[in-house]
Amino acid sequence: MHIGISVNGQTKQVPAGHTVAALVHELALADQRIAVEVNQEIVPRSLYAARALHAGDCIEVVTAIGGG
Amino acid sequence: MSQVKQAPEKSADPLIIAGLEYHSRLLVGTGKYKDLDETRRAVETSGAQIVTIAVRRTNIGQNPNEPNLLTVIPPSKYTLLPNTAGCYTAKDAVRTCRLARELLDGHTLVKLEVLGDQRTLFPEIMETLKAAEELVNDGFQVMVYTNDDPIVAKHLADMGCVAVMPLAAPIGSGLGIRNPYNLLFILEEATVPIIVDAGVGTASDASVAMELGCDGVLMNTAIAQAKNPVLMASAMKKGIEAGREAFLAGRMERKRYGSASSPLDGAIS
Repeated sequence: MHIGISVNGQTKQVPAGHTVAALVHELALADQRIAVEVNQEIVPRSLYAARALHAGDCIEVVTAIGGG
Repeated sequence: MSQVKQAPEKSADPLIIAGLEYHSRLLVGTGKYKDLDETRRAVETSGAQIVTIAVRRTNIGQNPNEPNLLTVIPPSKYTLLPNTAGCYTAKDAVRTCRLARELLDGHTLVKLEVLGDQRTLFPEIMETLKAAEELVNDGFQVMVYTNDDPIVAKHLADMGCVAVMPLAAPIGSGLGIRNPYNLLFILEEATVPIIVDAGVGTASDASVAMELGCDGVLMNTAIAQAKNPVLMASAMKKGIEAGREAFLAGRMERKRYGSASSPLDGAIS
């Protein structure tokens, strides 16, 4: 079974029970310096594997870019 | 006998922010450069130790091997200053700072900026005050972008911000120091470092800010949008240093009439 989530504003289907760790791995961001929010709450890196995603979750994945 | 004068040790006049000493009083941004290599070269040449970055969504699936800013501006070498650029509410600004803290492994020094208008990019002061309070209470060390209102500057310092950063002119305008008298009012009452953030266009603008007694200048566009950004970074470094030394030296009084530099005694007649 798959569930619908939103990642950086794009809808995406992932298997039920998918974790933040699995998502980050799938996006090839596992070795990147990022921060993750699920439903506007930060998920610390140490909890990626423990945090399961649910249908309708809004995920934001951010990184550092040039700015003033 | 003539004495060789020693230039004062750099560390004799440090900029102290949140208890840490910096020998450079030039703070630079990393936006608007042609590429990351130009960013790196300009930042290195500027001698800046505090460098601002923005926090944005990663590109999902587009280019996972895209070079990362933090590889050219490593946190091991620079004090990174994540900003809240593009935030128009206290809520978004606080959220961005919390993401930055996670992104940078617990790093708490942030540049708070809450904008109020897309055309002028002037700060939204009510939201800025609200966000500053929340961030200070949450353990952040807040360097805050504000307008050049001395009353607001004092409020922000009293709330516990570690530096107050008034604009000299609108962000990215390059118009220079538009209201030196307000900056002087702010400096007279200052209890934390006052850093001009935004508005300088060229090295003499940076010097003027420092000659007024500002503790530092934060700039991005003036370097990044120069025809030769790396050369401008060098010019800005010197402008900041010259202005600081002139401030410490104390300028002569202005006079309306001429005053001969050579003695009149012994002139031939």
